[in-house]
Amino acid sequence: MTDMVLQIDGKDVTASTGMTVLQAAQQAGINIPTLCHHAQLEDYGGCRLCMVEVETRGRTNYVVSCLYPAEKGLVVRTRSEKVDKIRRVIIEELMAHAPDAPELVKLAQEYGADRNRFEKEASFCVLCGLCVRYCAEVKQKHAVGFIENGPMREISFIPELAAKECWNCQECFAICPTSYAQAAYLLTEALAFPGQRKKQAPAVKPQPHTTFGGIPVIVA
Amino acid sequence: MSENKIDSIIEKYRGKPGALIHALTEIQHANHWLPREVLHKVADALEVPFSQAMQIASFYKTFSLTPKGRHEVHVCTGMTCHLRGAAKLMEKVQELTGLQPGETDAAAKFTLEAGSCLGSCSIGPELIVDGKHYGRMSPEKAEDVLNRYE
Repeated sequence: MTDMVLQIDGKDVTASTGMTVLQAAQQAGINIPTLCHHAQLEDYGGCRLCMVEVETRGRTNYVVSCLYPAEKGLVVRTRSEKVDKIRRVIIEELMAHAPDAPELVKLAQEYGADRNRFEKEASFCVLCGLCVRYCAEVKQKHAVGFIENGPMREISFIPELAAKECWNCQECFAICPTSYAQAAYLLTEALAFPGQRKKQAPAVKPQPHTTFGGIPVIVA
Repeated sequence: MSENKIDSIIEKYRGKPGALIHALTEIQHANHWLPREVLHKVADALEVPFSQAMQIASFYKTFSLTPKGRHEVHVCTGMTCHLRGAAKLMEKVQELTGLQPGETDAAAKFTLEAGSCLGSCSIGPELIVDGKHYGRMSPEKAEDVLNRYE
């Protein structure tokens, strides 16, 4: 592990090999907004909110900082007119799907995004993949996955697995930025195995999530 | 479709997660669709999570999660074929098979699909059955062509 120095927002920051620009910034206490990033999960680069301006060898590029490796002498700007504009449009697009998600509302205020800019298509899912990746990488249950493609893409709980695993875990409900994971689970339950969990006593007491972004989360 | 054929395809790829798409493609060609139980079998044998098998099977248009007929009938509705009379051809094929685009008949003989520009504009309007192209189709000729398939 060799250390290198790069510049983020005019500040010299030390990073070690293999770190991403986002990790280097977070380590130095510089805030970059993220949506699909989670410390326990592999970087995904799905939401593009962590877009920053980097300058190497005299060229300016726009890259997602959660995937871009930190390198020696790199000059990073986390806020600029263009970066802000990119983020604003991303937020506006996501708000067409989830207009009241607490994280988005907060970001919209900061970046001056107009929640009504695009026609609403309330799918409530922003396809950040947190639930899917958390279930696969941390829990290794694969009880929820993506299905379909393009505009039809959505998350889908696998009823056979969800019936056994999900009620006693519920961890993805809390990391979902829009509460859609919980809604999708309950819908799957209602369609595929209604009333089953009332018969069986829970084996493990679920983690008590009391509220998440002001929305009460069900605790068994 | 015999279960043995599907099982032998699955056996060929047992323990090879990277071969998921190959296995699904072969089963799709042999069986014309992917029943959920088969996807479970594939996922178990290839040691991939079922959610991944489902993701792949629903992502690509090649795969069908609903039953399809033994013969896939495509009528090109691209611009050139349209100008050369694809609408009349489509009407005739719908009448002969009793199907709307996207549908499969009860005996699982034909699945009708409308496709946009299948790449052979010079021989339009065209009818494609199981990948075999029939060019310069007229409604009368289409009847002869479809009668050849059992």
